[in-house]
Amino acid sequence: MASVSMTVNGKKVSADVENRTLLVQYLRENLGLTGTHVGCDTSQCGACVVEYNGEAVKSCTVLAVQADGANVKTIEGLANGDELHPMQAMFREHHALQCGFCTPGMVIAAVDMCNRYKKLGKKLDEKAVRHELEGNFCRCTGYHNIVKAILAAAPQLGA
Amino acid sequence: MAAAAVGAAIRRREDARLLTGAGTYTDDINRPRQTYMQIVRSPHAHARVKKIDASKAAQAKGVVAVFTGADLEKDGVGGLPCGWLVKGKGGTAMIEPPHRVLATDKARHIGDPIAVVIADSREAARDAAELVAVDYEELPAVADMNAALKAGAPAVHDEAKDNLCYDWEIGDKAAVDAAFAKAAHVTKIALTNNRLVPNAMEPRAAIGEFDRATGGYTLYTTSQNPHVIRLLMGAFVLKIPESKLRVVAPDVGGGFGSKIYHYAEEALVTWAAKKIGRPVKWTADRSESFMSDAQGRDHITQCEIALDKNGTFLALRVFTRANMGGYLSTFGPAIPTYLYATLLAGLYRTPAIYCEVKAVFTNTVPVDAYRGAGRPEACYLLERIVENAARETGIDKAEIRRRNFIPQSAMPYQTPVALQYDSGDFVRNMEDALKAVDYAGYAKRKAESGKRGKLRGIGMATYIEACGIAPSAVAGALGARAGLYESAEVRFHPTGTVTVFTGSHQHGQGHETTFAQVVADGLGVPIDNIEIVHGDTDKIAFGMGTYGSRSIAVGGSAIVKAMDKVIAKGKRIAAHLMEASVEDVEFKDGKFSVAGTDKNVDIAQVAFAAYVPHNYPHEELEPGLDETAFYDPKNFTFPNGCHIAEIEIDPETGTVHIARFDAVDDFGKIINPMIVAGQVHGGVVQGIGQALLENCVYSTDGQLVTGSFNDYCMPRADDVPSFTVATNEVPCTHNPLGVKGCGEAGTIGAGAAVMNAVVDALSGLGISHLDMPATPQAVWRAIQNSKQGQAAARR
Repeated sequence: MASVSMTVNGKKVSADVENRTLLVQYLRENLGLTGTHVGCDTSQCGACVVEYNGEAVKSCTVLAVQADGANVKTIEGLANGDELHPMQAMFREHHALQCGFCTPGMVIAAVDMCNRYKKLGKKLDEKAVRHELEGNFCRCTGYHNIVKAILAAAPQLGA
Repeated sequence: MAAAAVGAAIRRREDARLLTGAGTYTDDINRPRQTYMQIVRSPHAHARVKKIDASKAAQAKGVVAVFTGADLEKDGVGGLPCGWLVKGKGGTAMIEPPHRVLATDKARHIGDPIAVVIADSREAARDAAELVAVDYEELPAVADMNAALKAGAPAVHDEAKDNLCYDWEIGDKAAVDAAFAKAAHVTKIALTNNRLVPNAMEPRAAIGEFDRATGGYTLYTTSQNPHVIRLLMGAFVLKIPESKLRVVAPDVGGGFGSKIYHYAEEALVTWAAKKIGRPVKWTADRSESFMSDAQGRDHITQCEIALDKNGTFLALRVFTRANMGGYLSTFGPAIPTYLYATLLAGLYRTPAIYCEVKAVFTNTVPVDAYRGAGRPEACYLLERIVENAARETGIDKAEIRRRNFIPQSAMPYQTPVALQYDSGDFVRNMEDALKAVDYAGYAKRKAESGKRGKLRGIGMATYIEACGIAPSAVAGALGARAGLYESAEVRFHPTGTVTVFTGSHQHGQGHETTFAQVVADGLGVPIDNIEIVHGDTDKIAFGMGTYGSRSIAVGGSAIVKAMDKVIAKGKRIAAHLMEASVEDVEFKDGKFSVAGTDKNVDIAQVAFAAYVPHNYPHEELEPGLDETAFYDPKNFTFPNGCHIAEIEIDPETGTVHIARFDAVDDFGKIINPMIVAGQVHGGVVQGIGQALLENCVYSTDGQLVTGSFNDYCMPRADDVPSFTVATNEVPCTHNPLGVKGCGEAGTIGAGAAVMNAVVDALSGLGISHLDMPATPQAVWRAIQNSKQGQAAARR
């Protein structure tokens, strides 16, 4: 067992966890933040993507103990109270989700994509969005509306 | 009045929770004192289970119990039932071997469950499962259907020595033979419809719970049809009265068919919960999904079509072998028969059709319905052979279809393979799609691609599908062991809000929005005052769930019937309130009025009067406003359409790039065009996935080669383009909403359209056939083989 402390969605949290506990397990099982999902066991589907020290990271690839001292944001921490984050709002507007299982990881990855392009002073286009989404599977939407939603949110996020 | 909700692209009501992490999927649920179940699965495709030594596992830290099939047998637990009895040639019943919840005699596929370990934590269960020592005697395994049918092949089941589940036929063989005898041209094709893994993004999960106080069980499960699970598991497996069994299917993360069936894990957690007196939770790893979720497709087919000198189809002859896997999944036997062969007329007037289907047991994961279920297989076969026939006879691919389409004037149309189509304008769908894709300008685009060294191809698929399997009496006569209706309850509350309880289940389809749109218009109640409740057998009277694109056509119709009853009762209450004769009361836009007067009363006031019946016709009416209806359809619905793919192949790498994809579909009346388009997009990508990327591969001895996302190629965003989709609304003639369903269409049309485009692009090299998936390697090899063949011919 090891003790870990981190900041999750702006709150300081700590716990004793088994060494092999993954960050995604810690978020779901210890903190009850079940918006972060597990869709595979080979780190490919992206359902578990969270913001980790300012970057999108698959939380199944990080041990909870590695995250000691980290700053983590999950889908539960993205909206401003009842007001959806622009990416969430555009996902709703453009019907970019169906079953919703891949959605939290997809939204966090999309926000991160916009942040990175903004930093680089580049603009996203369809080709770039499709390429950037290679770490996130969606089985429902065929990606069509996800791409539309991200392209609609990007200008609002400076990308 | 408010603008009509039906037909509007209303944004989804379920999105708020799903976008903020507030959804509740099965694995998000945790019950007090819950334990965790880990399954010991067979690493062999075929092996005798000689001995199971669980003693070490039972003593491991945190372990609560270890169970094997012997423990289930002691408790009289039954096998997993099959829901459809297919009768083969001469009325011979299919072979239906037992499907034990935990295998006791033999393991029959990779992943076959052998034992379970239940522990205080997931980790403890997982660690202890490694300690369960199973003594296997490996047996020769057979994964390939042709090998399984050979004399002397290993028998998967003793009950089926030749591995044949059934040998079934449909159609008029003599008429087909006669038509072929006088044909001007015969086109032949032999093809494989590759096996797929459904891979809904949410892995299956289940939690079983037993309440000592009431003697009742609760099962939370990732199901598309909780009432069906209650029926099958309660009645056949665990013998729990339905009154003592609650099944909840909360938010479900996609299904695509794979979450229809009753699986062993559901019975195991429910049974074990009572055994150990604590809730039991199981969640599949993706690796487990690959070897335990029912898989899709897997046909090998030979087909020939007879044409006269004008290109008119005279007859179709089809021989198909369909893989059932190691056991019969819930609806497995019905897929390659009643949902496949009955669709072989397609959109065409082909007067004579004969199809023989042999269903085969192999040492592979069971096969059942996967999005489209039989209909993509029929469409793929038919549209591939039609385009080959066009190429061989020199008739344009659109023209040959035009010459053979069933005209709208011929509706209702009886096909030679049992179905009666009620409606559709097939010519219009195709002409619209041709216009959308600029078919006339294609030659120019092909030439332009050629200049860049690329091979361009265009391919079409026209399709018709039979949705909302019905009516129950007919399905029953064909071997279905369930009814195929739907239930709905429309409950007004005293203050005028409405709760609708539906037996349909949503796992991405957006019923909470579309059903509310139907109710908002039907009752004249603001959509925000309507709640749609689904997925809980304790709340909803009964339900057959969601599959086969049936929800709006069957579930939606049940809601309309229940609303009709509410309005009929409301009229009598309103007549009393307005002191009018009930015959004079009309209902429109949420108001009851007396014809020819300005007297009216709002439906919310009527609801209030029904629940606070101070001024009420007690002699003739009971208080309350809450009606239930069951709707059993008169016929299938028949969505249809035309999909066109235009692709470009890089001959140096074999890569297929989809330049554009256009779909024109007739889903009957559209409730929410935004949601319908989304269903088409998703379906099309699953079709493209099958055509270009996805393939479930077993080694000859039954090892699953593609057991993870490392090896099984899921479509990603940069594998596919954006799409142009449009609809033509030709209303269904026999349900109250005029709807046909849209869930599977994309998957049905896309695979055939893309493969026809690939073959079209390669036809200039003398290539007339390629099986799915047309991966870069497969395409590149075909091109190299063709080049070598041409070089050899020149020498």
